Amino acid sequence: MSDSLTTILEGRRSQPHMLIEVLQDIQKAHGYVSREAVSTVSLELGVPLMEVFRVANFYKAFSLEPVGKHVVTLCLGTACHVRGANPLVEQALSLLGLEDEGTTEDRLFTIEAVNCLGACALAPLVILDGVYHPNMTPAKLRALLRRVQRAESKEGVGHA
Amino acid sequence: MPKITSTQNLEVLHERLRAERDDGALLMTICGGPGCQATNCQDVVTEVKKELGSNGLNGKVRLRVTGCHGFCEQGPIMVIDPSNIFYHHVGPEDVSEILNRTVRDGETIDRLLYTDPATNKKVVTEADVPFYQAQSPTLLSQNRWVDPLSIEDYIAIGGYGGLAKVLSGMTPEAVIEEIEASGLRGRGGGGFPTARKWAACRAARGEEKYVICNADEGDPGAFMDRGVLEGNPHAVLEGMIIGAYAIGCEKGYIYVRNEYPIAVDHANEAIRQAREYGFLGKDILGSGMTFDIEVARGGGAFVCGESTALMASLEGKVGEPRPKDIHTVEEGLWNKPTTLNNVETWANVPSIINRGAEWFAGMGTDNSKGTKILALTGQVKNTGLVEVAFGTSIRTVVDEIGGGGRDGRTIKAVQTGGPSGGCLPAALFDLPVDFDVLWEKGSMIGSGGLVVMDEKTCMVDVARYFLKFLQDESCGKCVPCRIGVDRLLEIVTDIVEGRGRPEQIELLKELGETVAQTALCGLGKTAPNPALSTLRYFPEEYEAHVSEHRCPAGVCTALIEYSIDSAACNGCGACLKSCPYGAIQGEKNTLHAIDPHLCTKCGICPTTCNENAIIVQ
Repeated sequence: MSDSLTTILEGRRSQPHMLIEVLQDIQKAHGYVSREAVSTVSLELGVPLMEVFRVANFYKAFSLEPVGKHVVTLCLGTACHVRGANPLVEQALSLLGLEDEGTTEDRLFTIEAVNCLGACALAPLVILDGVYHPNMTPAKLRALLRRVQRAESKEGVGHA
Repeated sequence: MPKITSTQNLEVLHERLRAERDDGALLMTICGGPGCQATNCQDVVTEVKKELGSNGLNGKVRLRVTGCHGFCEQGPIMVIDPSNIFYHHVGPEDVSEILNRTVRDGETIDRLLYTDPATNKKVVTEADVPFYQAQSPTLLSQNRWVDPLSIEDYIAIGGYGGLAKVLSGMTPEAVIEEIEASGLRGRGGGGFPTARKWAACRAARGEEKYVICNADEGDPGAFMDRGVLEGNPHAVLEGMIIGAYAIGCEKGYIYVRNEYPIAVDHANEAIRQAREYGFLGKDILGSGMTFDIEVARGGGAFVCGESTALMASLEGKVGEPRPKDIHTVEEGLWNKPTTLNNVETWANVPSIINRGAEWFAGMGTDNSKGTKILALTGQVKNTGLVEVAFGTSIRTVVDEIGGGGRDGRTIKAVQTGGPSGGCLPAALFDLPVDFDVLWEKGSMIGSGGLVVMDEKTCMVDVARYFLKFLQDESCGKCVPCRIGVDRLLEIVTDIVEGRGRPEQIELLKELGETVAQTALCGLGKTAPNPALSTLRYFPEEYEAHVSEHRCPAGVCTALIEYSIDSAACNGCGACLKSCPYGAIQGEKNTLHAIDPHLCTKCGICPTTCNENAIIVQ
């Protein structure tokens, strides 16, 4: 068991009702909930394996796959929808060569669309790696993503 | 800080804190709500702290970073009191000038003043900003005077005074009677009388009981609860403690959605402080009462706004609702009697106790008392959080507070109440904000989301949008919701994609009514509302899609074509560069053209054209 998982489980063992809290912390620490984590949590909290999977699958907060280095969150709430969120999705997908939400092959970007982030006055809203970008347009989004791409390709060259 | 052990000690502390804040120093308030944070108000705060240290104004200026003031569109917002000067779009580069000219010399800086779009005149004070003038601020306005991380700020404005009043002589029954007399109804969407819930839970058998604060604000287009819990967490705690006293319980939970990390932090910090000061824990204010609160983070499931699903989630399970033949006030969390109220409902309680039921009931309409916080968003000039007395017309909210349509466009509808609500046409804008009136008209006030839609919004697409949302969020437990919503979405998708048949419109109505009657929980029962209300008020738009294969708003991609207006295009090349599909051709400074075979109608190019030369029809 990893150290962080031990810390997360501290004081919560054998308490099935702590399942969601534990999964939240794992998601936050690791960026996703791995198969191993699911098995450990099942044993330590005393929740059947199937129930842990069911809960991890039911709630949007949990991802069972690792996410990319950069996460682009596109808000599709009502306010963002009427102020033009769809062109932003098109822009992000076409620029990163994705057909649908998900992670690029090089694992640099994950695109996720969410229902509402509760900052509707700033619509349409995009979050890149936790930073809010209000009143987005496709052109602004393109520039933003290209900047990250350029920085990444420089870094890649540096490491080679 | 030693524990406060009596209501008298609280009164002494209140007086001291109030006097300390009344020492004649200038008060510089910076809004730290989500809107202003997104426009980097933290940089302004950092700069102010740095400058205050270096130019000798320390001690003469008190800086306070607060929760949301509501006028999110204008952030970052700064107000300087006592002169009440209102600055908007403040950047870190403005700070030095503000300190030198406004704080030291008492001058106003013109470029930072808000311009009233109606008169084109500069507005100097916050009180004169039209956005605030038509509002009835009672709850949201507390945000202005409180640093959410400071319990002392809250005590200074009379915070925990309601609790003190309750604990110094009111019986639990008297508290419930006071809430009953105020007419307070649940702010989360249902509008159920709060006192009736409390009384039933108090009467329910069992020693162990719970109170829960629902802060799982899942409605897209709503952020009222975020504004209150982030900006004024102690008001929520105080309301819950008073409720716990009235009901007779020792444990409470705040269920916050995980997408609101600041709300989680502020609630946790407020709980820590309340324990330290003796408002939570054992022997609260020396009264013998025991009560504590814990924060639980939601997992991001809309259905958890439904009380029984939320309770299942608190127990660590999948958030599926159960039939409500046994009420949660009798068997709720862990099958114990449980009272669940929404953030705004709890936060209203302290003021009702403090200022009296009569004061609260003096605002509003016959059946909807007090005020309601609305999230005003969409195609309107001034977006943000607004608080109006019930009975205020939708027109006042949209035109006076919201400032009317954006870019000179005509507003045609408002969508209220989130996915459970409906769309009301502009012809009904004289209707009051009221629980029952909006319900009769096929919509609902819900939790308070109010999304403004104009001529460029397609109402059939809006119905499709909400049905898609509800299909995603349906937990799948009951057949009417799982399969019924699927079929509704299928029909509406046929219509927006040009395959609609006239008989489908009747089917949509019939199926919608069936789902509403037979689904298990509130999510399913109200799921057909967006489709039924748009069908009721905008039949001509459905008609145009089905019979003429035309989308009047120019939204539904299967029914529209993109072209370039040869008179307006100046050949600048912006659209050509923006098109991800290479569908636009043309030389620099000559007329451009769109290849319909390559164009996916993605909507990107119109946002780049400064000449409005892209025609969508």
